[in-house]
Amino acid sequence: MKSSVITFPGSNCDRDMDVALKKFGFNNKMVWHNDIELPKSDLVVLPGGFSYGDYLRCGSMASKSKIMQSVINFAKSGGLVMGICNGFQILVETGLVPGVLLRNRYLEFICKNVFVKLDSKDNSYFKNLDKDILEFHIAHNEGNYFCTKDQLKEIEDNNQIAIYYCNKEGQIEDQYNPNGSIKNIAGILNKEKNVLGMMPHPERMIDESLSGEDGSLFFKNLINNIK
Amino acid sequence: MKVSAIITLKKDVLDPQGKVIHQALDGMGFNNVNEIRQGKYFEIDVKENDPKKAKEIVENMCSKLLANLVIENYKIIETQ
Repeated sequence: MKSSVITFPGSNCDRDMDVALKKFGFNNKMVWHNDIELPKSDLVVLPGGFSYGDYLRCGSMASKSKIMQSVINFAKSGGLVMGICNGFQILVETGLVPGVLLRNRYLEFICKNVFVKLDSKDNSYFKNLDKDILEFHIAHNEGNYFCTKDQLKEIEDNNQIAIYYCNKEGQIEDQYNPNGSIKNIAGILNKEKNVLGMMPHPERMIDESLSGEDGSLFFKNLINNIK
Repeated sequence: MKVSAIITLKKDVLDPQGKVIHQALDGMGFNNVNEIRQGKYFEIDVKENDPKKAKEIVENMCSKLLANLVIENYKIIETQ
Protein backbone atom coordinates (compact mmCIF):
# COMPACT_ATOMS: atom_id res chain seq x y z
CA MET A 1 0.00 0.00 0.00
CA LYS A 2 1.39 3.35 -1.02
CA SER A 3 0.99 6.51 1.00
CA SER A 4 2.18 10.09 0.63
CA VAL A 5 2.73 12.63 3.38
CA ILE A 6 2.79 16.24 2.26
CA THR A 7 5.36 18.49 3.93
CA PHE A 8 4.48 22.18 4.07
CA PRO A 9 6.82 24.85 5.37
CA GLY A 10 6.14 24.61 9.10
CA SER A 11 4.82 21.05 9.18
CA ASN A 12 6.29 19.26 12.18
CA CYS A 13 4.40 15.99 12.45
CA ASP A 14 5.27 14.86 8.93
CA ARG A 15 8.12 12.59 10.01
CA ASP A 16 6.14 11.13 12.92
CA MET A 17 3.46 10.26 10.42
CA ASP A 18 6.09 8.76 8.11
CA VAL A 19 7.35 6.56 10.96
CA ALA A 20 3.82 5.48 11.86
CA LEU A 21 2.80 4.66 8.30
CA LYS A 22 5.97 2.65 7.66
CA LYS A 23 5.68 0.80 10.97
CA PHE A 24 2.30 -0.58 9.90
CA GLY A 25 3.27 -1.52 6.39
CA PHE A 26 2.75 1.49 4.16
CA ASN A 27 5.30 2.28 1.51
CA ASN A 28 5.39 5.98 2.31
CA LYS A 29 6.81 8.88 0.30
CA MET A 30 7.35 12.41 1.53
CA VAL A 31 6.05 15.01 -0.90
CA TRP A 32 7.09 18.66 -0.90
CA HIS A 33 4.31 21.27 -1.03
CA ASN A 34 5.79 22.89 -4.11
CA ASP A 35 5.62 19.71 -6.18
CA ILE A 36 2.87 19.58 -8.72
CA GLU A 37 2.29 15.89 -9.13
CA LEU A 38 1.29 13.46 -6.45
CA PRO A 39 3.07 10.08 -6.56
CA LYS A 40 0.76 7.11 -7.05
CA SER A 41 -0.90 6.71 -3.66
CA ASP A 42 -3.60 4.76 -1.86
CA LEU A 43 -3.60 7.31 0.94
CA VAL A 44 -2.52 10.94 1.18
CA VAL A 45 -1.86 12.49 4.58
CA LEU A 46 -1.75 16.18 5.44
CA PRO A 47 0.26 16.19 8.68
CA GLY A 48 0.14 18.36 11.77
CA GLY A 49 2.28 21.38 12.43
CA PHE A 50 2.16 25.10 11.85
CA SER A 51 2.18 25.48 8.10
CA TYR A 52 3.12 29.01 7.07
CA GLY A 53 3.39 29.94 10.74
CA ASP A 54 -0.41 29.80 11.04
CA TYR A 55 -0.46 33.22 9.37
CA LEU A 56 -3.80 34.69 8.25
CA ARG A 57 -5.82 31.64 9.33
CA CYS A 58 -4.40 28.22 10.19
CA GLY A 59 -4.08 26.17 7.03
CA SER A 60 -5.28 28.94 4.72
CA MET A 61 -2.02 29.45 2.85
CA ALA A 62 -1.12 25.76 2.74
CA SER A 63 -4.51 25.05 1.18
CA LYS A 64 -3.37 27.11 -1.83
CA SER A 65 -0.03 25.28 -2.23
CA LYS A 66 0.85 23.89 -5.64
CA ILE A 67 0.51 20.26 -4.54
CA MET A 68 -2.97 20.87 -3.15
CA GLN A 69 -4.59 20.95 -6.58
CA SER A 70 -3.40 17.37 -7.09
CA VAL A 71 -4.58 16.43 -3.61
CA ILE A 72 -7.99 17.96 -4.29
CA ASN A 73 -8.26 16.11 -7.61
CA PHE A 74 -7.18 12.90 -5.89
CA ALA A 75 -9.85 13.38 -3.20
CA LYS A 76 -12.53 14.23 -5.76
CA SER A 77 -11.73 11.06 -7.68
CA GLY A 78 -12.39 9.06 -4.49
CA GLY A 79 -8.82 8.77 -3.13
CA LEU A 80 -8.31 8.60 0.63
CA VAL A 81 -7.09 11.88 2.11
CA MET A 82 -6.54 12.23 5.85
CA GLY A 83 -5.72 15.53 7.55
CA ILE A 84 -4.47 15.49 11.13
CA CYS A 85 -4.49 18.65 13.26
CA ASN A 86 -3.02 21.33 10.99
CA GLY A 87 -3.87 18.93 8.17
CA PHE A 88 -7.52 19.12 9.26
CA GLN A 89 -7.27 22.92 9.24
CA ILE A 90 -5.88 22.74 5.70
CA LEU A 91 -8.72 20.43 4.64
CA VAL A 92 -11.43 22.80 5.87
CA GLU A 93 -9.71 25.66 4.06
CA THR A 94 -9.81 23.71 0.79
CA GLY A 95 -13.50 23.03 1.34
CA LEU A 96 -13.00 19.26 1.03
CA VAL A 97 -14.67 18.91 4.42
CA PRO A 98 -17.28 21.39 5.71
CA GLY A 99 -16.87 23.90 8.53
CA VAL A 100 -13.92 25.74 10.04
CA LEU A 101 -11.62 25.46 13.06
CA LEU A 102 -11.70 28.45 15.37
CA ARG A 103 -9.46 29.29 18.30
CA ASN A 104 -9.99 27.12 21.37
CA ARG A 105 -12.73 28.55 23.54
CA TYR A 106 -10.47 29.41 26.50
CA LEU A 107 -7.76 30.85 24.21
CA GLU A 108 -5.15 28.37 25.39
CA PHE A 109 -2.96 25.91 23.57
CA ILE A 110 -4.09 22.43 24.62
CA CYS A 111 -1.63 19.55 24.76
CA LYS A 112 -2.95 16.39 26.40
CA ASN A 113 -4.42 12.94 25.89
CA VAL A 114 -8.12 12.75 25.18
CA PHE A 115 -10.66 10.03 24.56
CA VAL A 116 -12.68 10.01 21.39
CA LYS A 117 -15.76 8.03 20.54
CA LEU A 118 -16.29 6.73 17.05
CA ASP A 119 -19.59 7.57 15.47
CA SER A 120 -20.01 6.23 12.00
CA LYS A 121 -17.84 3.26 11.03
CA ASP A 122 -19.17 3.43 7.52
CA ASN A 123 -15.78 4.51 6.09
CA SER A 124 -12.33 3.17 5.25
CA TYR A 125 -10.74 4.75 8.31
CA PHE A 126 -12.73 3.20 11.16
CA LYS A 127 -14.51 0.26 9.53
CA ASN A 128 -13.84 -3.04 11.41
CA LEU A 129 -12.24 -1.35 14.43
CA ASP A 130 -13.05 -3.40 17.53
CA LYS A 131 -12.90 -0.49 19.94
CA ASP A 132 -15.39 2.37 19.96
CA ILE A 133 -13.45 4.57 22.36
CA LEU A 134 -9.86 5.45 21.57
CA GLU A 135 -7.23 7.41 23.45
CA PHE A 136 -5.39 9.87 21.24
CA HIS A 137 -3.23 12.92 21.81
CA ILE A 138 -4.21 16.49 20.94
CA ALA A 139 -1.96 19.53 20.66
CA HIS A 140 -3.57 22.58 19.15
CA ASN A 141 -4.61 26.18 19.55
CA GLU A 142 -7.31 26.22 16.88
CA GLY A 143 -9.35 23.05 17.17
CA ASN A 144 -12.73 24.53 17.99
CA TYR A 145 -14.85 23.05 15.23
CA PHE A 146 -17.58 25.34 13.96
CA CYS A 147 -20.07 25.14 11.15
CA THR A 148 -23.36 26.78 10.27
CA LYS A 149 -26.65 25.28 11.43
CA ASP A 150 -27.43 24.13 7.91
CA GLN A 151 -24.02 22.50 7.57
CA LEU A 152 -24.42 20.78 10.94
CA LYS A 153 -27.77 19.35 9.91
CA GLU A 154 -26.25 18.15 6.68
CA ILE A 155 -23.24 16.47 8.28
CA GLU A 156 -25.45 14.84 10.90
CA ASP A 157 -27.92 13.62 8.30
CA ASN A 158 -25.11 12.15 6.21
CA ASN A 159 -23.31 10.55 9.17
CA GLN A 160 -20.22 12.63 8.48
CA ILE A 161 -19.18 13.03 12.11
CA ALA A 162 -16.30 10.61 12.55
CA ILE A 163 -15.31 11.08 16.20
CA TYR A 164 -16.45 13.00 19.29
CA TYR A 165 -14.48 14.05 22.37
CA CYS A 166 -15.67 11.98 25.32
CA ASN A 167 -14.49 10.53 28.62
CA LYS A 168 -13.04 7.08 29.26
CA GLU A 169 -16.51 5.60 29.36
CA GLY A 170 -17.51 7.22 26.10
CA GLN A 171 -19.83 9.87 27.52
CA ILE A 172 -20.01 12.80 25.14
CA GLU A 173 -20.54 15.83 27.37
CA ASP A 174 -19.39 19.42 27.38
CA GLN A 175 -17.04 18.86 30.32
CA TYR A 176 -15.03 16.46 28.12
CA ASN A 177 -14.90 18.95 25.28
CA PRO A 178 -11.37 20.39 25.37
CA ASN A 179 -11.76 23.23 22.90
CA GLY A 180 -15.40 24.23 22.51
CA SER A 181 -16.14 22.32 19.30
CA ILE A 182 -19.79 22.15 18.30
CA LYS A 183 -21.29 18.89 19.59
CA ASN A 184 -17.83 17.76 20.83
CA ILE A 185 -16.79 17.09 17.24
CA ALA A 186 -13.15 15.97 16.99
CA GLY A 187 -13.16 14.76 13.41
CA ILE A 188 -15.39 14.78 10.36
CA LEU A 189 -15.64 13.15 6.97
CA ASN A 190 -16.70 14.50 3.64
CA LYS A 191 -19.99 13.37 2.14
CA GLU A 192 -18.34 10.56 0.19
CA LYS A 193 -16.44 9.39 3.34
CA ASN A 194 -13.05 9.26 1.62
CA VAL A 195 -11.69 12.46 3.22
CA LEU A 196 -11.14 12.52 6.99
CA GLY A 197 -10.10 15.53 9.04
CA MET A 198 -9.43 15.18 12.75
CA MET A 199 -7.62 17.12 15.46
CA PRO A 200 -6.25 14.14 17.46
CA HIS A 201 -2.91 12.60 16.48
CA PRO A 202 -3.06 8.81 16.08
CA GLU A 203 0.63 8.81 15.02
CA ARG A 204 1.58 9.77 18.59
CA MET A 205 0.02 6.60 19.98
CA ILE A 206 1.95 3.85 18.25
CA ASP A 207 4.31 2.69 20.98
CA GLU A 208 3.15 1.28 24.28
CA SER A 209 6.31 2.25 26.11
CA LEU A 210 6.09 5.87 24.96
CA SER A 211 2.40 6.60 24.90
CA GLY A 212 -0.38 4.21 24.10
CA GLU A 213 -1.43 1.69 21.53
CA ASP A 214 -4.66 3.09 20.18
CA GLY A 215 -2.85 4.71 17.27
CA SER A 216 -1.41 1.29 16.41
CA LEU A 217 -4.94 -0.15 16.31
CA PHE A 218 -5.99 2.69 14.04
CA PHE A 219 -3.15 2.28 11.54
CA LYS A 220 -3.28 -1.55 11.51
CA ASN A 221 -6.99 -1.38 10.83
CA LEU A 222 -6.55 1.34 8.20
CA ILE A 223 -4.05 -0.61 6.13
CA ASN A 224 -6.23 -3.73 6.32
CA ASN A 225 -9.23 -1.72 5.16
CA ILE A 226 -7.34 -0.34 2.19
CA LYS A 227 -5.83 -3.69 1.11
CA MET B 1 -4.04 52.27 -6.42
CA LYS B 2 -4.64 51.45 -2.78
CA VAL B 3 -7.61 49.42 -1.71
CA SER B 4 -8.41 48.32 1.82
CA ALA B 5 -10.26 45.26 2.96
CA ILE B 6 -11.82 44.79 6.37
CA ILE B 7 -12.58 41.25 7.46
CA THR B 8 -15.00 40.72 10.30
CA LEU B 9 -16.41 37.65 11.98
CA LYS B 10 -20.02 36.87 11.17
CA LYS B 11 -22.60 37.56 13.82
CA ASP B 12 -23.14 33.99 15.06
CA VAL B 13 -19.44 33.19 15.37
CA LEU B 14 -17.98 33.26 18.85
CA ASP B 15 -15.08 35.70 19.18
CA PRO B 16 -13.20 34.81 22.38
CA GLN B 17 -10.46 37.36 21.66
CA GLY B 18 -13.01 40.14 21.37
CA LYS B 19 -14.52 38.99 24.67
CA VAL B 20 -11.17 39.06 26.46
CA ILE B 21 -10.38 42.51 25.08
CA HIS B 22 -13.79 43.65 26.26
CA GLN B 23 -13.09 42.29 29.75
CA ALA B 24 -9.66 43.94 29.86
CA LEU B 25 -11.10 47.29 28.83
CA ASP B 26 -13.83 46.86 31.41
CA GLY B 27 -11.17 46.28 34.07
CA MET B 28 -9.42 49.47 32.99
CA GLY B 29 -12.54 51.46 33.60
CA PHE B 30 -14.02 51.54 30.12
CA ASN B 31 -17.39 50.34 31.34
CA ASN B 32 -19.45 51.78 28.52
CA VAL B 33 -18.86 48.99 25.98
CA ASN B 34 -21.60 46.64 24.80
CA GLU B 35 -19.50 44.28 22.73
CA ILE B 36 -16.15 44.05 20.92
CA ARG B 37 -15.53 41.98 17.84
CA GLN B 38 -11.98 41.67 16.58
CA GLY B 39 -11.31 41.63 12.85
CA LYS B 40 -8.54 42.07 10.28
CA TYR B 41 -7.57 45.00 8.11
CA PHE B 42 -5.56 44.79 4.89
CA GLU B 43 -4.02 47.64 2.90
CA ILE B 44 -3.43 46.45 -0.62
CA ASP B 45 -1.56 48.44 -3.22
CA VAL B 46 -2.88 47.03 -6.48
CA LYS B 47 -1.12 47.49 -9.80
CA GLU B 48 -4.28 48.87 -11.35
CA ASN B 49 -5.46 52.45 -11.73
CA ASP B 50 -9.08 51.82 -12.57
CA PRO B 51 -10.92 51.88 -9.19
CA LYS B 52 -13.59 49.46 -10.36
CA LYS B 53 -11.08 46.92 -11.59
CA ALA B 54 -8.88 47.34 -8.50
CA LYS B 55 -11.85 46.67 -6.24
CA GLU B 56 -12.76 43.63 -8.28
CA ILE B 57 -9.24 42.24 -7.87
CA VAL B 58 -9.34 42.72 -4.10
CA GLU B 59 -12.81 41.26 -3.90
CA ASN B 60 -11.51 38.17 -5.63
CA MET B 61 -8.61 38.01 -3.16
CA CYS B 62 -11.01 38.27 -0.24
CA SER B 63 -13.26 35.49 -1.41
CA LYS B 64 -10.39 33.19 -2.37
CA LEU B 65 -7.89 33.66 0.44
CA LEU B 66 -8.17 36.66 2.76
CA ALA B 67 -11.55 35.73 4.23
CA ASN B 68 -13.13 32.39 5.02
CA LEU B 69 -16.72 32.97 4.05
CA VAL B 70 -18.02 30.30 6.40
CA ILE B 71 -17.21 32.53 9.37
CA GLU B 72 -16.16 35.90 7.98
CA ASN B 73 -17.52 38.81 5.99
CA TYR B 74 -15.44 41.32 4.09
CA LYS B 75 -15.86 44.93 3.17
CA ILE B 76 -13.78 46.70 0.55
CA ILE B 77 -12.87 50.34 0.85
CA GLU B 78 -11.21 52.40 -1.82
CA THR B 79 -8.58 54.42 -0.01
CA GLN B 80 -6.86 56.34 -2.79
